[in-house]
Amino acid sequence: MRGDQINLQNVIARSATQVPSPQERSDGVERVTKLIDVSRCIGCKACQVACAEWNDLRDEVGHNVGEYDNPLDLTPDTWQVMRFDEYEDEQGNLEWLIRKDNCMHCAEPGCLEACPAPGAIVQYANGIVDFNSEHCIGCGYCVSGCPFDVPRISKKDHKAYKCTLCSDRVFHGLEPACVKSCPTGSIMFGTREEMLGLAETRTDFLKGRGYDNAGVYNPEGVDGTHVIYVLQHADRPGLYSHLPEDPRISPLVDAWKGVTKPLASMAIGIAALTGFFHYVTAGPKVHGEEDEAAVREDEAREREREERP
Amino acid sequence: MSLAKSDPPLQRYSVWNRLNHWLVAISFVLLVLSGLPFFHPFFWSLTALFGGPTMTRILHPYIGLFMTLMFLFMAVAFFKESLIKRRDLQWLRQIRDVLANRDERLPPVGKNNAGQKLVYWIMLGCIVLLLVTGLLIWQPYFAGAVPITLRRLASLGHAAVAFVAILTLIIHVYSGIWVKGSFQAMVRGRVSWAWARHHHGLWYEEEREKARKRRAIDRRHATPTNRQESP
Repeated sequence: MRGDQINLQNVIARSATQVPSPQERSDGVERVTKLIDVSRCIGCKACQVACAEWNDLRDEVGHNVGEYDNPLDLTPDTWQVMRFDEYEDEQGNLEWLIRKDNCMHCAEPGCLEACPAPGAIVQYANGIVDFNSEHCIGCGYCVSGCPFDVPRISKKDHKAYKCTLCSDRVFHGLEPACVKSCPTGSIMFGTREEMLGLAETRTDFLKGRGYDNAGVYNPEGVDGTHVIYVLQHADRPGLYSHLPEDPRISPLVDAWKGVTKPLASMAIGIAALTGFFHYVTAGPKVHGEEDEAAVREDEAREREREERP
Repeated sequence: MSLAKSDPPLQRYSVWNRLNHWLVAISFVLLVLSGLPFFHPFFWSLTALFGGPTMTRILHPYIGLFMTLMFLFMAVAFFKESLIKRRDLQWLRQIRDVLANRDERLPPVGKNNAGQKLVYWIMLGCIVLLLVTGLLIWQPYFAGAVPITLRRLASLGHAAVAFVAILTLIIHVYSGIWVKGSFQAMVRGRVSWAWARHHHGLWYEEEREKARKRRAIDRRHATPTNRQESP
């Protein structure tokens, strides 16, 4: 089952596809959401291990460079990574901000918009954005499209990889592996409504504990994400290893992939047709008898001049 | 270089010019066919021509490099005759007469008309830009090392420039079909004197002058027997 698309009749968006995707039951499907409560995370990396276990990913053993981040970044074989930040607040208190970085499963996925390969990226009715690597051609456009810098291109097969939100587990009624493994309950999973409610409760709690700027990270720029954070400092998401303030699909990507391409394709067709119709109306450009005659005259004149002694 | 009996007398393109031109043309068409599927999914089925989607993605940049190299040779060979002169502007101003086949109203044209010169310069500019932007987004070699904003800009630029190049190609191909004898000129390299006089009056005069000089030299060096044989 792993690696296959598990939910073929509930695809609500499909990369590089003009006609509607099958969404037979999409009305009845509830959107799911993973809630990561950063304030409760102890950085044990159990989720990272669980992710590698469930997805059978074995990254190369790295080197300790004096930080807890390991590996230092997402890779094709590490679909989630814990990012550790030391933050000193105004009172000089040290806070350890630990963010679990993985695909955010945007409601408006930039990867899906940028992808040229039909069906290589799909969005299920439950909100999960999945890569179907079988259709991936390795062009790397999803990397350009993503506002969160998540997809990674494998050096082995040149295909793109990222967190699937354990779409295979979710399809069978299980929670994602990272959620299952979290010992502090800082990762939660459920319907979108539930999780947004829970996030509010946690935010209120944090505010009560003196974190005035606590809040939910569910950015509007991508129409919300199906992975949301509770942050102690929601006013400054950048503190959490450069979590983008206001992520949105880059206007460059929009300009590249939006309305211009169908219009340009049409322009190409029209240009070819215009040529044909020009031929039909104006006719070909040909030289005439007068040119032949003029050349004969020129030749005769030259011969005459040259034969003169 | 062998000549067929049916080939007209006046040489316009050398055999190297022609081979070079057609290598550029073939690779350009292959680039359009392999690039359009990534431009818009409407053209996705074209990937079948190249052995599947991934193969298309792999081949496209290599064909691009090959074409750039071939175009470089052509750009050098055609540089001098592609410089835009003042008289070309008059020709461009009368583009309506050009399009309506009112050729008698047009100013005499050199070896290339302003349209051909524009194709040269537009394609030269496009290919430089396509090469640069293409390298910046080339997976798996360079793209990984390019900052993301630059990569996005390059993707946008590559598509936009390709669009301009494709339109130019369409106009160029159509002109070859429209102006009778020019396709033959690029295939066999030769045109008739009357064709040259009609479409490229100044070039015609130049070639006549060259031919006169050649005959004069021939006469001076000719033996008496030869003189009788050649009229």
